[in-house]
Amino acid sequence: MAIALVLGFPLLGGLLLALFGHKRWAPEFNALMSFITLVAAAALTSRVITDGPMTAMEEQFFVDPFNVFLVALTAFVGFTTALFSRPYMRIEEHHGRLNAARLRLYHSMYQMFSFTMLLCLLSNNIGILWVALEGATLATVLLVSLYRTPASLEAAWKYFILCSVGIAQALFGIILLYFAAEKVLGSGGGSLLWTHLYEVRSELEPTVLSLAFVFLLVGFGTKVGLVPLHNWLPDAHAEGPTPVSAVLSGLLLNVALYAVVRSKVLVDGALGRNFSGGLMMGFGLLSVVVAAFFLSRQKDIKRMFAYSSIEHMGIVTFAFGMGGPVAAFAGLLHMTVHSLTKSAIFFTVGHATQKTGTQNMADIRGLIEQSPTIGWGLTLGSLAILGMPPFGVFTSEFMVLTTAMHEHPWATPFLLVALGVAFAAIFGKVQPMVFGETNLRRLPHPPALVPVFVHLAIVLMLGLYIPPYLVEWYRQAAAFIG
Amino acid sequence: MDQSYSSQFVNLLAAFLLLLAFAMLSQRRVLTLIKLFAWQGAALTASTLIMANATGQVHLYYSAALTLLLKVMLIPWILHRLINRLQIRWDIETLINIPATMLIGIGLVIFSFALATPISEMASGLTRATLGIAIASMLLSFLMMIVRRKAVPQVIGFLAMENSLFFAATSATYGMPLVVELGVALDVLVGTFIFGIFFFHIRDQFESLDIRHMEKLKED
Repeated sequence: MAIALVLGFPLLGGLLLALFGHKRWAPEFNALMSFITLVAAAALTSRVITDGPMTAMEEQFFVDPFNVFLVALTAFVGFTTALFSRPYMRIEEHHGRLNAARLRLYHSMYQMFSFTMLLCLLSNNIGILWVALEGATLATVLLVSLYRTPASLEAAWKYFILCSVGIAQALFGIILLYFAAEKVLGSGGGSLLWTHLYEVRSELEPTVLSLAFVFLLVGFGTKVGLVPLHNWLPDAHAEGPTPVSAVLSGLLLNVALYAVVRSKVLVDGALGRNFSGGLMMGFGLLSVVVAAFFLSRQKDIKRMFAYSSIEHMGIVTFAFGMGGPVAAFAGLLHMTVHSLTKSAIFFTVGHATQKTGTQNMADIRGLIEQSPTIGWGLTLGSLAILGMPPFGVFTSEFMVLTTAMHEHPWATPFLLVALGVAFAAIFGKVQPMVFGETNLRRLPHPPALVPVFVHLAIVLMLGLYIPPYLVEWYRQAAAFIG
Repeated sequence: MDQSYSSQFVNLLAAFLLLLAFAMLSQRRVLTLIKLFAWQGAALTASTLIMANATGQVHLYYSAALTLLLKVMLIPWILHRLINRLQIRWDIETLINIPATMLIGIGLVIFSFALATPISEMASGLTRATLGIAIASMLLSFLMMIVRRKAVPQVIGFLAMENSLFFAATSATYGMPLVVELGVALDVLVGTFIFGIFFFHIRDQFESLDIRHMEKLKED
């Protein structure tokens, strides 16, 4: 029942906003639906904490420590982003970039996007997971092309083609998985359920599973934005509306990575950890290094932070690839703090670009003088994402690095160099934007910056003190990932 | 029908599917491409029906009906209407010339069979050789998406790729569970609609459906 509520509210919201999304109160209604979803997710979370994992509706849906933490995170960031988008989209309308019909599409697709992501996380059926992830692609394609400028259409087309092809590879992986599972579990719905597959994972045919994992990693990895499959990501982030960049970066990448990690756990049972771990470490490290070096070449502020997302997804993929309780714990923590920090950064970036009327970093100057909250938000967010202590990103990156030094010393120099390069690139570009001469205009609606500081406060707290129940929760999920 | 007959029929249809994939790769008229796509759907429906008959799996009948409705009738019809309204006839140039593309295609087929051999040996079904063909036609559709410059043939390539995946599912495993197939079909349908809407936006903005105009977003 709790699961049905978590999925039902965003779906209902999407349908209602498809009818009324152009009304004056639609932004508030959008935030309200996201808030109800958050409440439902919180109720679900507390139930899982007290009662342990559960399944629902003939085992089609399930919750365990791994997905419930992502459900809570998705609902939370979904709500704060809806709060941010309320004034943001009004200002966009005021600036004449959107009309009522587009706003209706935006609000409806925002809720549908939340729905597909939550469905992806909660579905026990790997086939439905695929369907939901493809649904999320379709919803975001419409969101990325919202402004209908040539650049946004190009970005959306690229995103559409690349992710559809990528995810078609994942479907082939799922077919192979089903082929292997059917031998053990028999044909029928049960052979695609995660819970059933985990029980028999050591009996599955290793050759088929290794091929299946390659396809699944490439397919879902396209959506995670792993190098060299990352081409769509900077364009989609830069050309879509900023709330969409925030949820793409903060949530969708996590959800796709969740699919990769689930597949990894399954394949490890049949093949041992080396095969999948090696592949994920390779892709992860490549993403970290390539993205770090691309950072310094960026001129567009949203593109730069999109590359930063690729870098961080690389770190998480690398951490899960290493495996073991500490690295998996670090990976989960990093998913949380990256999602919170990066969405906070996009909120401030959104208002900064609205104030200056450009996304070109060379033209953004003196934020702190005209609007201290935006300036400080961007500074603190950038410092947090760069892994400065005492923010939570530092904690998780530190754990990843120390584990790498212990188990895979060869990888440490690459990671350290990449982190150093990323620091120099981002800090060197953020600093002149925040300080310096100002050329800003006033916004027609007051910006929403409470979510920024709420996110950063949580990240700060996670860096200083992780509450015991959260530790326990991460530990259980890390033990499952192994 | 006798088991061996069914198996031979499915193999025949698989060969037909591969032939169609090559035909699509070499075809430059958009209208003919759509026809070939519809034929691919028809071959898929026939092979699914034969599998359903031979194995007695009821859900395969449903999925055959779904294929017939969606991939032989509805989607080709939508595409037809689209190209009529957009006035597209020819896809003039490909990125690589057609003979070279065909040679690459043959290489892909050999690669696919090599990839599929260890798995086909484990397949207990009627149809052991077909998995290789399914992978081959998937890669050929992929190739088609890469070498085409216009938006519509790229989309047909994508749909053809989905067809081959579907064929892989029926030939290797007697089809995915029905709920998954329904979901995939829904995604494909919604995707086709969005593609269709996109064509108009792209043409309005770029006054052409040539992807070459959409290469502004690059690293510099």
